[in-house]
Amino acid sequence: MYISGILKKTITVTSLFLAGITVSQAQTMTPYSFSFDSGNGPLYFLFILAFLLLLVALLLLSKARRIRNNFRETKKTGPSFLKEHANSLSSPQLKKVLRGRRTKKAALSLLIAGMLLPASKLLAQEQGGAPGPLLSQAGVIITIVLLLVPILLAVLLLIIKLKKVFTQLQNKLNTEKANQLADYLSNLPEEDAAALTKRQEALDYQLSHQELSGNQLPEDKKGLLQINGAPGLPIVAVKKKAQQRPNIDPELSKLVLWYLGCATFWLLFGTTVGEYIGIKFVAPDADHISWLSFGRLRPVHTNSVFWGWASLGMIGLAYYIVPRVCNTKLASMKWGWYTLYLINASVILGTLCLMAGINNGGGEYREYIWPVMLLFAIGLVATLINFLNTIARRTTKEIYISNWYIVSSIIFTIVIALVAYIPYWQNGLGETIAQGYYMHQGVGMWFMLFTLGIVYYFLPQQLNKPIYSYSLGILAFWTQILFYTLIGTHHFVFSAIPWWLQTIAIVGSAGMAIPVIAGTTNFLMTFKGSIYKIKDSYTLPFFLVGIIFYFTGSMQGTAEAFRETNLIWHFTDFTVAHSHLTMYGIICFFLWAAIYAVIPRLTGREAPQITIGAHFWMALIGMLFYTIPLMYGSTLKGLLWKEGKPFIDGVVLMAPYWLWRAIGGSLMWLSHLFFAYNMYKMLSPNYVVDINETAVEKLNKDNPNLLKPIA
Amino acid sequence: MDFFNNHKKLFGTAAVFFIGLTILVAIIPALNNQQNNAPLPNAPALSADAKKGKAIFISNGCVACHTQQVRNVDMDKVWGKRPSIAADYAAIHRTDFWRNTATLMGTERTGPDLTDVGNRQPSRDWNLVHLYNPRAVVKESVMPAYPWLFAIKKEPAKNDIVVNVPAAFTRGVEGKIVATRDALFLIAYLQSLKQTPLPDGSTAPAFLYKSTKQPASGGAAAAVELDGKVLFAANCQACHQENGEGLPGAFPPLKGSQTVLGDDLEKYVGIIMNGYDGLPGFGVMPSVGKNMNFTENEVAAIMNHERTSWGNNARKVTPEEIKKIIEQVKSNTQKQ
Repeated sequence: MYISGILKKTITVTSLFLAGITVSQAQTMTPYSFSFDSGNGPLYFLFILAFLLLLVALLLLSKARRIRNNFRETKKTGPSFLKEHANSLSSPQLKKVLRGRRTKKAALSLLIAGMLLPASKLLAQEQGGAPGPLLSQAGVIITIVLLLVPILLAVLLLIIKLKKVFTQLQNKLNTEKANQLADYLSNLPEEDAAALTKRQEALDYQLSHQELSGNQLPEDKKGLLQINGAPGLPIVAVKKKAQQRPNIDPELSKLVLWYLGCATFWLLFGTTVGEYIGIKFVAPDADHISWLSFGRLRPVHTNSVFWGWASLGMIGLAYYIVPRVCNTKLASMKWGWYTLYLINASVILGTLCLMAGINNGGGEYREYIWPVMLLFAIGLVATLINFLNTIARRTTKEIYISNWYIVSSIIFTIVIALVAYIPYWQNGLGETIAQGYYMHQGVGMWFMLFTLGIVYYFLPQQLNKPIYSYSLGILAFWTQILFYTLIGTHHFVFSAIPWWLQTIAIVGSAGMAIPVIAGTTNFLMTFKGSIYKIKDSYTLPFFLVGIIFYFTGSMQGTAEAFRETNLIWHFTDFTVAHSHLTMYGIICFFLWAAIYAVIPRLTGREAPQITIGAHFWMALIGMLFYTIPLMYGSTLKGLLWKEGKPFIDGVVLMAPYWLWRAIGGSLMWLSHLFFAYNMYKMLSPNYVVDINETAVEKLNKDNPNLLKPIA
Repeated sequence: MDFFNNHKKLFGTAAVFFIGLTILVAIIPALNNQQNNAPLPNAPALSADAKKGKAIFISNGCVACHTQQVRNVDMDKVWGKRPSIAADYAAIHRTDFWRNTATLMGTERTGPDLTDVGNRQPSRDWNLVHLYNPRAVVKESVMPAYPWLFAIKKEPAKNDIVVNVPAAFTRGVEGKIVATRDALFLIAYLQSLKQTPLPDGSTAPAFLYKSTKQPASGGAAAAVELDGKVLFAANCQACHQENGEGLPGAFPPLKGSQTVLGDDLEKYVGIIMNGYDGLPGFGVMPSVGKNMNFTENEVAAIMNHERTSWGNNARKVTPEEIKKIIEQVKSNTQKQ
């Protein structure tokens, strides 16, 4: 059975190859129409058989040649061969030889005859079938196959038998050699024996295990070792503690922490809503309240995680980064707070409006009406001026690349908001074109560009080495602007907007490969040589996941933009899976990495490792559970639509994948609870009394002179 | 380099680069599109009721799941007779100063496309039951229910529109379920969504990416027998249900129906083509066949599916005899 399976496979593969050669097949894109029923079928079959037999013959020939060479070699052997072998003996073997030099051994010999002749006979038989019209008849084919089965079995047996013969032959030769060696060893000349004794001593040599340390007790003069006094069985691997707090202005520290705290609130709020609407796909009658209906809550979810969580998180981190890399103070603390108030107000008002049924008319991520979004835009302008003023008074000569990304991102987003929200235009398809531009620039120029700036600061910082290539960062920067700006309308491929505009968007999407590959290469090369640090760090795994999804998620976006893939995936939940792979896999993971890196520096408190681990793994696994079934199901749904099946069949088909999505979403949501808890642990001022710290303080108080530094 | 170390030059260049591309790829095409497209001359304007209904459609975020665009690809043929063109959206202007234009093209098709739903599903009764709870008529549906568009009245007034929701979906309300004005506005909007035919002489853009599947054999003369089950699912099942039993109090059963099983094919074909309002206790049936431009092959396939399913066991009809009856039915309606 096994053999026939292999044969079948070989036959199909080879016949596909053959079929590919014929012109008629090569020109069409349809599956290959090879069939054993066709007139040429048996011919192919015989051809393959002949081919196989040729292979067998070649195999046997090479084996025979090798044996012959071996024979010749044995004839030629001299003292050099024997010495070589004697030197390659292992220590125990040497022991035996040297001990029993006087003992003689009897030689054994075996005689085996080979038989090669039947092969030629079989080969002769093989060529029997001549091609003709008769061959296309099923009965004839079956007969031929029936005849061939025993022949093939015979060939197989022959191969096995021959292998056995060859092995025996080889063994005979080896035994002969062994006899010679034994003879040589038993009559070993004195000087050779001395050499072998020396050799044995050398092989027996072992280190004393104290060559490097000497006999003194270990001493850690520089405090490099951290030895846990009470080792137990740890539940999570112990990772490195965050660096000591650098000199950060407490005012700035407070501002950054408030940004990140608000961001965490919006993450919890937004994903709770997301979780709920995900459940509604499985249980659509979960409630019947207008404010909680799916159509109203969906934009609440997307907008609160966009403008609340991710935006506040990014800006908060930027308030830390921009003054740092400029090596100066923030221009205005007050304006930083204004931005925080304005954005929070915008998201609160926007959420209420959406739930009350007041929205902008349906464009994705543009559901807030313009007066609400205006607050957000004013906040951005305030931050932009603040950052530009900070950069203007920098004490470094160059502008670090993080600031390129962050400041440009804010400038672009203000432009995007203006283009999309000025309430005096966009009739008819003008709305659609502006919408395509707006939503994709929102994603690519706001979230992606900004987050890349954050990564360019925190990744080298956490790896404690400079970024691999500044030039790659610059290349990615300009190409991102060039290509990303073009790709908006790829959300409306095959729609009524001009065909050429769709084509530009598709070309731009393909061009995105350049900045994405440049960025990924840069990050991975920065990682290179420091990969071992991942196991010691709880921030680097978040970075690594972010980098992986930066590449895969972005390239998936390119793949989705093509016309052929649009046929299957457009309008399905594939888009939803893609946006979670990118907004969650890239943006959220990078933000978490940066947040876990920065807050301990500001507050001096770290979150428990076990809950950070829980956050990481649940978020990662949850996201995979969320996206992979959704992508798989959507592909099936797209194919089903293409076949022209009733629409409701697609809904029925998606049901299990929607369930998986809800399960994955629940895991993600749970991971956010852990994240919120970690935030609490890092921010909470009521920490447990530190015994060491308190003892020192007490001593200091009781006896001020005791702890004074000497001289 | 000085350029990279001067923040004004650096960020100025980036901004100019981005704004320039924005103008080229978004602003100019958008302006160009909104200025150079006019609505089709025969496209009716939205009625006052439909306009209010559109506002309800927008505020409830229906666009999250329903597209309104027929793409120029073969698989979208089921949603309209021709691909959507710029002119179809040209009449849509800003909703008001506060809210943007709602072309409602959408990017997700979790629910069916609505470009032509006014032709495909015009029945008010069906739409009302469906809005109250979609699962009352389509049991696999995941669409939200909109009970807040309905009122409960012990004794409905004379001109109140009472919705006959199956008992399993009334959630134990006491009294009659009555459609509010908002529900009726929304349905007016849905009923208004019809693809405007192109003016005579102009050809619609082609549907691309045609499926390469060829009819099995026999050439063009022997038309392939259409799949009645699929046609029934697309056009009839929403009301009469997959099991042919209809919904008591709303849509009559086809299982065991005298019209379906009997020999009065003229009446039967007439109902399919022109609709019906003759059954006491049931809603009005729209002229499904006329709206969807059914051919005799399609009508015959649907009839044969109905006549031989759910235990129904009547003689199959042929497209040839149906063709004659369709012509007759058409001329009858013209005479009236």
